[in-house]
Amino acid sequence: MKKFISNTLAMAGLIIITSVLVAAITAPILSPYDPNFIDIESILMAPSYSHIMGTDGLGRDVFSRMLYGAQISLLVGFVAVGISTGIGILLGSIAGFYRGWIDSLIMRIVDLMLSIPSFFLILAVIAFLTPSIWNIMIVIGLTSWMGITRLVRAEFLSLRNREFVLASETMGSSDAKIILLHLLPNSMTPIIVSSVLGIASAVLVESGLSFLGLGVQAPTASWGNILTDGKEYIQFAWWLSLFPGLAILLTVLGYNLLGEGLRDILDPKNKQ
Amino acid sequence: MITYLIKRIMWMIPMLIGISLISFFIMHLAPGDITSTEASFNPKASEESRQRLRETYNLDKPVMVQYGLWLKRIVQLDFGSSFASHQRPVLWQVKDKNGNISKGLIQEALPITLLINLFGIVIIFTISIILGTLSAVKKNTWVDKAITLFVFIGFAIPGFWLALLLMYWTGVNHQWLPISGLHSLNYQNLSMFSQLIDLLKHLVLPVFISSLSGLAGISLYVRNGMLEILNQDFITTARSKGLNEKKVIFIHALKNAILPLITIVGLSIPGLIGGSVIAESIFSIPGMGKLFYDSVLMRDFPVIMGILTIGSVLTLIGNLIADLGYAWADPRVRKGIIK
Repeated sequence: MKKFISNTLAMAGLIIITSVLVAAITAPILSPYDPNFIDIESILMAPSYSHIMGTDGLGRDVFSRMLYGAQISLLVGFVAVGISTGIGILLGSIAGFYRGWIDSLIMRIVDLMLSIPSFFLILAVIAFLTPSIWNIMIVIGLTSWMGITRLVRAEFLSLRNREFVLASETMGSSDAKIILLHLLPNSMTPIIVSSVLGIASAVLVESGLSFLGLGVQAPTASWGNILTDGKEYIQFAWWLSLFPGLAILLTVLGYNLLGEGLRDILDPKNKQ
Repeated sequence: MITYLIKRIMWMIPMLIGISLISFFIMHLAPGDITSTEASFNPKASEESRQRLRETYNLDKPVMVQYGLWLKRIVQLDFGSSFASHQRPVLWQVKDKNGNISKGLIQEALPITLLINLFGIVIIFTISIILGTLSAVKKNTWVDKAITLFVFIGFAIPGFWLALLLMYWTGVNHQWLPISGLHSLNYQNLSMFSQLIDLLKHLVLPVFISSLSGLAGISLYVRNGMLEILNQDFITTARSKGLNEKKVIFIHALKNAILPLITIVGLSIPGLIGGSVIAESIFSIPGMGKLFYDSVLMRDFPVIMGILTIGSVLTLIGNLIADLGYAWADPRVRKGIIK
């Protein structure tokens, strides 16, 4: 814990992520307007006391929409990474523990998935299903588990023949017990770091998809689709582009800083 | 070396089959029959074109037979023709009965995307080697910190947002650079040289946007590689021989730090191709990314399937070239000492 506080990077990341979390949770209380309330009389108003981030092309309050957008960003990040980490741990454990043909098979599937441009894959799946927040989370999760699989497998391979694992095996522990009790807990550091970094890229992908109109669908507010409006009105309404872009930048930066900071802190090699 | 090459090429066959299986599986994700989804999203689709779709993909036959027939067609590089853009062939030009040639969609789009990405790779290499080396040599100084900050921001900044800001700033506000398409309106009347300048001006923003995150990643990679190498024995030896520091860094260390980049380029190809969707659709550049995006909006299935397959094949070829390049550049691999 002390190490955490003294690590500026990790602290900066944590502060950013906590602010996003607070914004998302308190959105119903903090937001001055209904995020979807259309007010024809106050279209494209510049930031002022009554609308601190201005209003969009339909007169909706941008600040309120930004707060609700934080909810979407968190939800997508955590669910997508939950899915990819789950798959990665499962497949990586099987490959690293049992080795042999099942390992080769899983690793070839990983190679295969890595050779398909993932943004194309995601767009193609969205084209055949329909764009919705649930489909997006699932698709992002299902196309980003390869890194974690490789990591878990590599950790397992290096731990597999260590004495404490062999001892547990000799004592007749079941495979599941060895994996869950000995191998996984000792592989947690890289899993946590890469999950946090994974959230950052999931947030970026979601905002990109929403920006292209293939992500979170109107009227639900997401930072990406506020930017779509921003593009439309870029000549007259800078606030529509500035705030959501900054929010995405800071959030992604926050996860990256936290991830890199955790890597330094949890790495036993940096014990000085 | 030859055995390695043959092995490496043989290995692509199961990968290609896997890619075709995934592409085919995605097509069958659509709820119900793709003809009905297609129709519901694109009301312009006539009963006739739906019928054609059913025939193209043999939708009345069992799934395995469908896959076999589809695979047979794509092995002959026949990806069918687009629904949305007047029946143009997806991959390569065809001549009709009257001798009119209609060009393939991918045939026209691919060179543009390749051009942008080649420019991108050259820029990524040059700048990130400079930044990474500088950062490693000046470790823990303000230079290193500034470069690290740039790397973190480069990773986190949404490309489409930066594209919007740059469009507004350089294109709308100052009119320094053109902000959409590949050519100006008067392109036809320009001289050869001005045409080239015109094209390059149109490429500045898209190339910058599509190479930014790669730039950040590879700078970091070069920095870490350099730091590791500068601590190795042969560098100490070089220094104790009395070589000056410049020679040590540029001749001994850099050469070894750059070598692994060949593999990294291979690995970054899918990201570059995928990333072209955003840059190309924002700047209206008629490359693979925009073609793919438009096809997704139109639910133009033959084009989507075609690009997905071709994009993956390109990645495989890119990886192959990178692996061979690595084998060629590393004398230990070239002479068969290590595999």
